[in-house]
Amino acid sequence: MTSQPNSSAPAPATADTGTGGSVVLAWLVVGLPLAWGVSQTFIKALALFK
Amino acid sequence: MADNSSSLLDRSRTVAGPNYNRWLVPPAALAIHLAIGQAYAFSVFNKPLGALRSLDVAKPAADDWTPLQIGITFSIAIVLLGLSAAIFGKWLERVGPRKAMLASSLCFGGGFLIASLGVHLHNIWLLYFGYGFVGGIGLGIGYISPVSTLIKWFPDRKGVATGMAIMGFGGGAMIGSPLANNLMTHFKDSAPLGVAPTFIVMGIIYLIFMQFGVWTIRVPADDWKPAGYVPSTEHNDLITTANVSADNAIKTPQFWMLWVVLLCNVTAGIGVLETASPLIQETFSDTAMGAGKGVTAAAAAGFVGLLSLFNLLGRFFWSSASDKLGRKVAYAIYFGLGILLYALIPTLGHNLQLTLFVVVACVIISMYGGGFATAPAYLSDLFGKFQVGAIHGRLLTAWSTAGVLGPLIVHYLSDSRKAEGFTGAAAYQTVFYTMAGLLVVGFIANIIVTAVNERYHEKGPVTVEPGAH
Repeated sequence: MTSQPNSSAPAPATADTGTGGSVVLAWLVVGLPLAWGVSQTFIKALALFK
Repeated sequence: MADNSSSLLDRSRTVAGPNYNRWLVPPAALAIHLAIGQAYAFSVFNKPLGALRSLDVAKPAADDWTPLQIGITFSIAIVLLGLSAAIFGKWLERVGPRKAMLASSLCFGGGFLIASLGVHLHNIWLLYFGYGFVGGIGLGIGYISPVSTLIKWFPDRKGVATGMAIMGFGGGAMIGSPLANNLMTHFKDSAPLGVAPTFIVMGIIYLIFMQFGVWTIRVPADDWKPAGYVPSTEHNDLITTANVSADNAIKTPQFWMLWVVLLCNVTAGIGVLETASPLIQETFSDTAMGAGKGVTAAAAAGFVGLLSLFNLLGRFFWSSASDKLGRKVAYAIYFGLGILLYALIPTLGHNLQLTLFVVVACVIISMYGGGFATAPAYLSDLFGKFQVGAIHGRLLTAWSTAGVLGPLIVHYLSDSRKAEGFTGAAAYQTVFYTMAGLLVVGFIANIIVTAVNERYHEKGPVTVEPGAH
């Protein structure tokens, strides 16, 4: 979903990027460490069911 | 140069352009929360920090730090979390999320570096100052920094958006704990138990990782709204279109009712988290279950891990569900269902129903996380978007209070029962019944929340101070 600022909004002073690719990349940056952490926790939790 | 670099941090320089995709904001927020959520994994350092002299975690030396001394570090961090969130909330609303996130990253990463010096010199005061005081300020500013920005970007899904960010705080421990263990193993030959270099590396890693959030975050223009978004015309007393300032919010009974709600939710959750490992091992011991069938220390660690996972999932699931259910109904479920489940735990332990015991504990902890994650959206509903980050910061003093009171209550009650000769689930019975009682208080506090009186509303349109840096 792309944002649609009001036409009276101040012009951005920095370059903005909003492609689907940058969103996927951004989610990978945080998703990969989180997935690693969850997998480590899950492996530890398996001991409960042995 | 100095002027240019500082202006990049200004709120006015972070207003999003027309092509900015709002789905970039949750990962920016997650980068901060995943980092500072490491605080929940501080206990991974307890044993190594307590054996820096003897170098044997099983046999601490006389001049090694005691568990109580080490535990104070975490308590200071949690107290500073609440205090700094309350104190810096209005500053955050004025300067915007980017500057606040940068301050958070410097404090949190810098806190690790100072703490490493404390470990190297074996000076507990430096550990307290670094990880507890400086790091704690980083926790507080970091925790609230993306909240109001997320609510402004997602007026149509406030619960989903804040749930995603605050989920990161739950997930931070899952990354921080194995990361710390791996680093301490790696550095074990270069420093006592590898703790000091681990602190240095973690400080640098978190400082860098948090920069992703700092430089990705954008705020929407004041009158921006999502494409196709039409605010609900259905009247709901508990969802205001007005705005209440942080200074006025704390004068309202609604704020203090929510303060009690969060206090009860967190204290009760601590009742499970603090007792989880000994509770499951003592309740389902070899003596109770039969030789070789009891829950081992490794399995208990797995149970604690499972609780962390449900803490994380609950933050997203329940907060998202509150968008549909309404905040008041969501909290009524957390507390109403929670009362039943807390009261059920001792019975399940007494009857040795391990599977059901684990399932119930996981549901309880999911609602504990849900209580945390739903709070910002509840505040936004009641007080508007204007200074919701600052109001949330002040609400978090309830967390600090619970973080100190909760463990004291839990240990006092369980130790008293053990001194009376009770063992297994019976030793923790009063803990769970007391926590169920606390949830009754929280349930009532939530039920009596009503709309904020109009006299507290801001008069006329509100906006962030232009050019405020």
